Formats: sequence, structure tokens, C-alpha cells
Amino acid sequence: MSLLRLALAYARRRPLATLLNVLLLAVGVATITLVIVLSHELDTRLSREAAGIDLVVGAKGSPLQLVLAGVYHADVPPGNIPLSAVESLRGNPLVGEVIPLALGDSFHGFRIVGTEPAFVAHYGAALASGHLWEAPLDAVLGSEVARVSGLKAGSTFAGSHGLADGGGMHEDARYTVVGVLAPTGLVIDRLVLTGVDSVWKVHERHHEDDEKSPLAGANPRSATAWPPASTREVTLALVKYKSPLAAASLPRSINAETVLQSASPAFESARLMTVFGVGTDVIRAFALLMIAASALGLFVALTQALDERRYDIAIMRALGASRSTVVGVLMVESLLLCAFGLVVGFVLAHGLAANIGEWLPAAAPLETGARTFRAAEWAVAALALGVGIMATLIPAWRAYRLDVAATLAEG
Amino acid sequence: MFSLRGIEHRYGASVVLRVAEWEAAGGEHWLLAGPSGSGKSTLLHILSGLTTPTVGDVRVADVDLTTLAGSARDRWRGRTVGFVPQRLHLVAALTVRDNLRLAQYLAALPDEPQRVRELLEAVQVADLAQRYPRQLSQGEAQRVAIARAVINRPSLVLADEPTANLDDAHAAAALELLRAQAIAVNATLVVASHDARVRPLLPHTLALPIRLAEAA
Repeated sequence: MSLLRLALAYARRRPLATLLNVLLLAVGVATITLVIVLSHELDTRLSREAAGIDLVVGAKGSPLQLVLAGVYHADVPPGNIPLSAVESLRGNPLVGEVIPLALGDSFHGFRIVGTEPAFVAHYGAALASGHLWEAPLDAVLGSEVARVSGLKAGSTFAGSHGLADGGGMHEDARYTVVGVLAPTGLVIDRLVLTGVDSVWKVHERHHEDDEKSPLAGANPRSATAWPPASTREVTLALVKYKSPLAAASLPRSINAETVLQSASPAFESARLMTVFGVGTDVIRAFALLMIAASALGLFVALTQALDERRYDIAIMRALGASRSTVVGVLMVESLLLCAFGLVVGFVLAHGLAANIGEWLPAAAPLETGARTFRAAEWAVAALALGVGIMATLIPAWRAYRLDVAATLAEG
Repeated sequence: MFSLRGIEHRYGASVVLRVAEWEAAGGEHWLLAGPSGSGKSTLLHILSGLTTPTVGDVRVADVDLTTLAGSARDRWRGRTVGFVPQRLHLVAALTVRDNLRLAQYLAALPDEPQRVRELLEAVQVADLAQRYPRQLSQGEAQRVAIARAVINRPSLVLADEPTANLDDAHAAAALELLRAQAIAVNATLVVASHDARVRPLLPHTLALPIRLAEAA
């Protein structure tokens, strides 16, 4: 015999009420935990992807859109910018590094990014095989792209126009895979990389068909097919400051003095999280409400049980139980149910988070968050167990004060 | 084994119990007689330390109960006194066997499965060990309550109206079982009863008078 065994025996006496309270608590805990796990993972991913990028520079428009397109590769870019504008940024003494990106095509839903080798270096990606792009229409695949497509060095593929699947295929300018990158856990895993000139080339062919450009008939793989320097464009550029002091003046001067717009990934993602945060706050409040409801249910159940159990408590005292022992029986019972609800809730939340991609494919990258136990979850645990103690306080006080002799006599 | 001196117990201004002197030697079997309302239950509660009399000295098993307080008194009671309440009060959530184990646990005594088994056999409910109290007849439940009262080998066994609602044969059997079990653990037995059938079965008697809201 032990307090635990006794508490279990009592819980078994009222299986339906017990199950209901445990379930209510479990769902509340699961909801609040899921929000914690997912929003934490989203937050860390947003800042990890943006690490080291101080500014995104692109066409004027929405700064959030610019950051989503340039850093997270999640939105269409606002428009193109002249390469000359990017080149002049390189000359700015406040600028440490500029990485131009040319976007517009995709391959099976993965974006094709025309850029410079500095892009690969920025993400710290190593080559798993092959080498980086050297000639136009050389492509290097991110690890995820290679895994999903099954392509490897030497394979060829055609990009499709637009950032989503289903655009027109650039069959006349096929890319050749020359290298595959090792996984980094960052967005680069899901990108196809090539030189900026490849993107120009593919699109020159395109324009030539539409507009009878002067470069008509040029061989797409020949190095002479460049657009004239004055009309070369890229989509946007990632900028690193030379020193943190640049943050004070560079964004303003870009926005005011050039045709470009600058956007800070840190600021924009924080803004995004704020907007998103309103939603999570509502869910959190709802979850707290469920936990409060379970506390109330537990309180009612224990108070009711105490009415039936007055004689049990009296006889226990007559058999030698101290006041603290009978209070202990109630506490252990309540904490046991709460701990059970807590564990079920945690398992539910982590299980859901680990498989969220099944019904929310866009959230699939957040699944990795399910594997870690967040510090905030300790607060949820404390809350759930606190609920158990709170629900017991009044019944426990009544059990403590019970007049044993009178109760035994009245029976 | 126990001695009470100058006991007076009051609820508010009215005296509900007055015992000038009562002594019992170890192993004696006593009837505490008196009509309803004469304070028999109160006296049993005083002997078990559940109630402290308003006035008077209570010594049980060489312990002055006025010096024992709180959990020390609870622990003393668990190990010294076996109690068979009138309504039995078996714990409904526990099996017969676990009701006995609960008594050992609450008295902070070690689990003795062998003792539980033997005792259930002695009171002839061994085959009901896994049943719950609601599955027992009144007679079976009373035998379990008697076993529970003696499991910790108390030196004092108290029973409150053990023959109430029993026919003659069962009343005699219940009392015989109580006496046998008290003898088995060498305990002093006090049976509170207003049942005239009990009087010839117990050698010693303390009769309490009717007490009608007497002022202090």
C-alpha cells in the first residue's frame, strides 16, 4: 500500500470523470505546447536563415516582400534592378559584401538562383560532389533538390518559367548539373544555384523570341550572348555591412538616393513575428482557458469526491493517518491526474509537431522543432501541476479540518 | 491497561459524558452499556484519542494521552488501538485485502502479506480477498472490519454497536469473533452496546446513565 496506489484506486473509482479531466488538461497542454514548439522553431529558423545578411536591396515595393523573396525564397520579388546600381553599391565604403541574386525560374518547385560563389560561402555550404558553376548553364544543386530530383553531376534539366511549377519550360536552354552541395539545414538546400549570366542567357532567348532582340540567333551557351552592360539586371542583392555603424545611415541613403529599396531581414522578420504573434496569443489564451476549465473540473470532481469520501478520511484518521497524510492522498491523486494529462499533452504536441508536414506541407520545415524540449515547456509543466495543487487546496483544507469523531459517529 | 479519572466532556454548555473512574486490566473484555445518547461513542473516541475530554485524565497503554498531540497521537492510535465503527467504513475503492494493508500502511507498519492472509482466513473471508466492499454481505463486511481492527496487533480493541441490525445467531457470532480476535492479539476489548443480548457475553460492564442535556 502506498499513497500512489491509494490515489490510483480512487481515480479508478470514477473512470469517466477522471478521463474527462485528464483529456481536457491534455488538450490544453498540447495546444499551448504546439504553439510554443512551432513559433519557437519558426522564430529560430527565421533568424538563422537571415544570419549575416544585414540588408536586402531590390526594387522599390514592399520591404517584407523583398526579404521574403531574397532571404527566405518564399515570395515573388518586387521587380528587377539594374546591375549597375548593385555595382555602385560595391563601391560604397559602408558596404562589406554584396551578393547579387537573379531570380525568376524554378525547377520542380525549387528556385533557380543566379548568383556568385560568395552565396555558397555565405551559407557555409560545402560541395558534396562536383564543382561550382563555371560556364553559363552550369548548375549546382542544393542537397534537398538533389535528393528529391535524383539528379547528379552530369545530369541535365530544363528550368520552368516562374517560381512555381507549371510555367513554360526553357527547353532550349537546358542546365547541366556540375555539383551537389552537402546539407546545411538552411534554405540553400532547397535552391538550384547557377551564375547570374545563366539567368540572363535563358531569358535573352526568351526575349528574343518575343521581341526580336538584336541578339537573335545567339547560341545560348556561347559567351558572346551577353546583354549589353547597360541593360543587365538582377533581382536583388544581399548586403553585409562593413561595420555595424553602417546600420545608421546606409539603409536611409539607399532608399533616398537610389532607385533601390533596402530592407532589413531582422526588422522585417520581427515584424512578421509580431503579426503572427497576435494569432499565437489568441491560441495561447484559448489553451489557457482549457487548462483553467480542467482545473475547475478537477476541483469539482475532488470536492464532490470529498463529500463521498468523508467517511474514508475519518476511518483513515482512526486507523492512524495524520492530517498531512489524508491531505497527501488528495494531493497525490490530483497531481497524478495532472501529471498524466501533462505527459499525454506533451506527447500529443510533439507528435503533432513532428508530423505537421502531413497536413500542412508548408510547415514541414518546422518538424525539426518537435525533437527538442523547450525551456518554456517547463513553465507549461509547472502550470499544469500548479493547477493540480490549486484544485486540491479547498478539498484538502476540508479534509485537514475534518472532525473525525463526529464524522464516525454520524455515519 | 487503561485508566480514566474525573472525565467530563461537554458540547458547549451541556455535559454529554461524565465518568468518575474506570480502570481495565490488560486482556479484560468490557461491555460499555447505556442507552442511545448516554455518551458511549464519545467515550470510545476518548479512549482512542480521537476526542480529548473537556476535563480529566486518560491513560491508555501507559501513555498519558494529554501529552500526545497531532501526528504523534495519530501514530500512537494506529499502533495501539483497533477500532470497529458501527458503520464499519471499509474503504470502497479498495479490495478487502487492500483495506487490511491500508491499516498497516497508515500505522506506518511494514507490509505483512502473510499476516493479512492468515487473518482473512481466521475471520473466514479468505476467498473474498479480491472483492470490493460493495460485493460483501453485512456479515462479511463486519468480519473484514474486525480483521482490520486487529491487523496491527493493538493492545486495545474498541467496537461500537457491533450487533446492531444482526439477528441473534449473527450477533452472538460477531461477538464471539471479536472476543477470539482480541484474545489472539492479547488485547483489551471494549464493546459499546445498548443491546441487552450482549451483556451476558462479556464479563465486565460499565453502565452509563441517561444524560439529558445536564448543565455543567
